[in-house]
Amino acid sequence: MRVEMFVFLVSACVCLGGALGVVLLRNPVHNALSLVATLFGVAVLFVAQGAYFLAAIQVIVYAGAIVVLFLFVIMLLGVDRAERLGMEPIAGQRVAAVIAGVAILGLSLTALLAGAQRVTGAESSLAPLDPGVPDINRLGQVLFTDYVWAFEITAVLLTVAVVGAVVLARRSPGPPIDTDEFPDGTVPDHWEAEYDAAIAGDGTGGGSAVDAPAIDAPEAVATADTEEVAG
Amino acid sequence: MLAAIQLTLDETWYLVLAAMIFAIGATGLLVRRNPLVMFMCVELMLNAVNLTFVTFAKALNDVGGQVVVFFVMVVAAAEVVVGLALVVAIMRRRQGADADDISLMRG
Repeated sequence: MRVEMFVFLVSACVCLGGALGVVLLRNPVHNALSLVATLFGVAVLFVAQGAYFLAAIQVIVYAGAIVVLFLFVIMLLGVDRAERLGMEPIAGQRVAAVIAGVAILGLSLTALLAGAQRVTGAESSLAPLDPGVPDINRLGQVLFTDYVWAFEITAVLLTVAVVGAVVLARRSPGPPIDTDEFPDGTVPDHWEAEYDAAIAGDGTGGGSAVDAPAIDAPEAVATADTEEVAG
Repeated sequence: MLAAIQLTLDETWYLVLAAMIFAIGATGLLVRRNPLVMFMCVELMLNAVNLTFVTFAKALNDVGGQVVVFFVMVVAAAEVVVGLALVVAIMRRRQGADADDISLMRG
């Protein structure tokens, strides 16, 4: 019991530290790395509770795939810079958010600790965890008998998600969709349409002339953005 | 009120930890404005709920809780894929956008 308590305390500290890092750190790359710490701590807690297969899946899928996807998008978009904290769109929104978070914590802690009975509910009679059988065997049996319909639907969900991601990530032709937000012509983000027009108009002409607006435009967008915020 | 706290490790400790992680994730989702960081906070909340499910699966000796965690992980992976594709599509239109800039459907 002492070893279990030690493992729990260490991984709980790792989990909470990582979670606070996700919320408090300014740089999105640091946020993603803190998320890895939390996911790993949760995986250790899964092992401590006998869910070995889920712990492996947690490390492989979450820390191995999802966080890498996060980091990939961060690097691709170049948003690995500090967040602007000067402007607050709704007055008092951060204070209200912190109050709401403390309220959620207080509510769940009250529900957990105030009751006389620790865990409500009956022991399983239909799908017990047999200590003699590994949990992955048990999980597979239940997954392919009782939950087989949900499992098949999951396959459809993953297919739809992949197709949707490909469709969303394609560059669609035409003008930007948010032209009507800037009717006075101060549109900072038309460099992509200008790039397309340059390609269409120039044909196979000089490649450097085509590349120039595409490279210059994001910086111009950034300066326009900061001016807009400053002014 | 705090009579349930004991010095032996039981499922209440896991549930309290999961509640703390969930509250931190919810606060971060409300506070942060970067859509990527907001997704990470959603992942925090999902993991807290997963920890709760595994804890109850052990406490009630039922494999159904672990099956639910499996499905939550699958749905979370699909959600992240679609969400990050949306973020990429929006960021391509407008560099450095945060959650306040995405107001086209405001009405």
